[in-house]
Amino acid sequence: MEVRGVISIWFFIGVSLAVNGALILAAGIYQLLNPPLHPGVVLFNLHAGVWWGAVLLVFGLIYCFKFAPTRRS
Amino acid sequence: MTLPLAAEVPTRLVHLSPVDVVIVAFYFALVLSIGWYLRGRANTGEDFFMAGREMTAWVAGLSFLSANLGALELMGWAGSAYQYGILATHWYWIGAIPAMLFLALVMMPFYYISKTHSVPGYLKLRFGEPSRALSAISFAFMTVLMSGVNMFAMAKVMQIVLGWDINFSIWVSSITVAIYVTLGGLRSAIFNEVLQFFLIWAGALLIPILGLYEAGGWGNLKLQIAQRTSEQYVHLWSGLGSFTTNPMGIHWTGIVFGLGAVISMGYWTTDFLVVQRILAAKDIRSAEMAPIIGAGFKMMVPFIVILPGLIGLAVLPEKLVPESVAAVTGGHSYNDVLPLMLARYCGPGLLGLGVTALIAGFMSGMAGNVSAFTTVWTYDIYRPLINSKSSDHHYVNMGRWTTIIGVLISVGTAYLVMQFASIMDYVQALFSFFIAPLFGTVLLGMLWKRATGAGGFFGLLCGTLSSIAMWAWVKVDPAALRYVALSPHAKGLAQDMYQALWSFIVCVLVTVAVSLATKPIAEAELTGLVYGLTTVPSIGDVPLYQKPLFWAAAVVVVFFILNIVFW
Repeated sequence: MEVRGVISIWFFIGVSLAVNGALILAAGIYQLLNPPLHPGVVLFNLHAGVWWGAVLLVFGLIYCFKFAPTRRS
Repeated sequence: MTLPLAAEVPTRLVHLSPVDVVIVAFYFALVLSIGWYLRGRANTGEDFFMAGREMTAWVAGLSFLSANLGALELMGWAGSAYQYGILATHWYWIGAIPAMLFLALVMMPFYYISKTHSVPGYLKLRFGEPSRALSAISFAFMTVLMSGVNMFAMAKVMQIVLGWDINFSIWVSSITVAIYVTLGGLRSAIFNEVLQFFLIWAGALLIPILGLYEAGGWGNLKLQIAQRTSEQYVHLWSGLGSFTTNPMGIHWTGIVFGLGAVISMGYWTTDFLVVQRILAAKDIRSAEMAPIIGAGFKMMVPFIVILPGLIGLAVLPEKLVPESVAAVTGGHSYNDVLPLMLARYCGPGLLGLGVTALIAGFMSGMAGNVSAFTTVWTYDIYRPLINSKSSDHHYVNMGRWTTIIGVLISVGTAYLVMQFASIMDYVQALFSFFIAPLFGTVLLGMLWKRATGAGGFFGLLCGTLSSIAMWAWVKVDPAALRYVALSPHAKGLAQDMYQALWSFIVCVLVTVAVSLATKPIAEAELTGLVYGLTTVPSIGDVPLYQKPLFWAAAVVVVFFILNIVFW
């Protein structure tokens, strides 16, 4: 939203994606390094948490940078 | 979506790890922070109720779509895909795309030029106070009740999926929504709807990706579904030539004329819950582009809703059953398919994001209901009928208090539904009574200058009453379904389609007849409200790729390609 003095909605989206991506990536890496005996999910070998977390983190950081309040001002 | 109200609650479907809980908690912290941050931006009526009318096309478009992308819809339609196959996609394609484009190109200019605050507000300008009062009171009443029904349904889902206490879910979600809407008004609701849009895609997109990988691609998935059910589960149109050759028991006329031409048109063009988001657009081009952007993304939603249901048909070892059966046997129902797929593929972290997406979908849906209720109550009921001479500041305060009261009424409704389960069915049915006739009234109001105030009012009234009468007739005598839906083989969804179609026709016929029998409205009074008497402002000299018509054409092309590919 392009309104003077208001932080862009896209910045909030970026924060959300980046934080969630970082948490998911960290959890995925932990499971990659310490694989459980009984993973509990199908296709565990694909380690979706690692690459999906990384994708969200990258997109989130791009949004945070592009729509950072300091850049807008 | 129906739920096992009085039944034993089965064992929870998923267990959250600490990182999942952190992700859910972060979501709540973020939405409250947004509400707090926006608290100083909602001081005038235009700010609080219309978000300052300064939304870009993208924000308004994603918000417009998100207002309909609630958690119950996601879970319910994934369940319908498991139950009826790919036919459920009709509610996302023909049941949405033509209506969204119609709103953008035909109706939105009238809403926007008239500068109305709401759909009932347009009826006031076009047909006079009685039509507004009828529409506003029915909308406000039903919206807040629906919010309560959805609140209870979602709390029940949280109990089934996560094992959370119902009271905890109801109060935590209600208080959060009340805080951020009271503080930031419609702008806060829209911010959170856009956030929800991204969370839903981030949380749900992995399921079809991993599901298709497990199934061995779309071709293998179709083969597996055909083996476990029938080939008609993966065809959109080829089985609709007869009521008996498709899993839904519906004929193509019901889909095209009932769903595509009436129900979806009514919902997407006159339900103020979604239209309010577009009215907040910053200019006429944004207002026209927003539904087109929404339509583009709407076509993709089946990828995260319908496809998981179809994948569930192929890969889940157990057979899911109707709610009524699951309530007795303790098994999983159709509506559990999305959480089951979530639990099947998503480990720590991913599961938290998926659950957050469901919670976000629910809360933004509730915020949408409450913000629409607040606007209609303040501008279309309180101001014209109770107190018309107060200051803008007074109406903003009324809006804030109405937000809190609306949430409390919703909570009360949720507890009422908990005690009397059948209320849920009645409220959901009641809501559907108003949509199709309202579309008839607004459509004639915009396109036919001869329609009069009395015609509009009595058309709306008779259309609504006819819808109630048909519903009651089938309720009392289920055999009547063969007359309402044109076939003894028709099922519940088919009844909805034809009931809407008939009530729309009644509304149009009565409006035309009464209008022709009453004195026409002077043309000078209809300027800016009716086609032929309104000059739509130019969107300016913009390149082709910025023109709404260009993107609408692109959406139409993709729409036809998709329907042919999955014929």
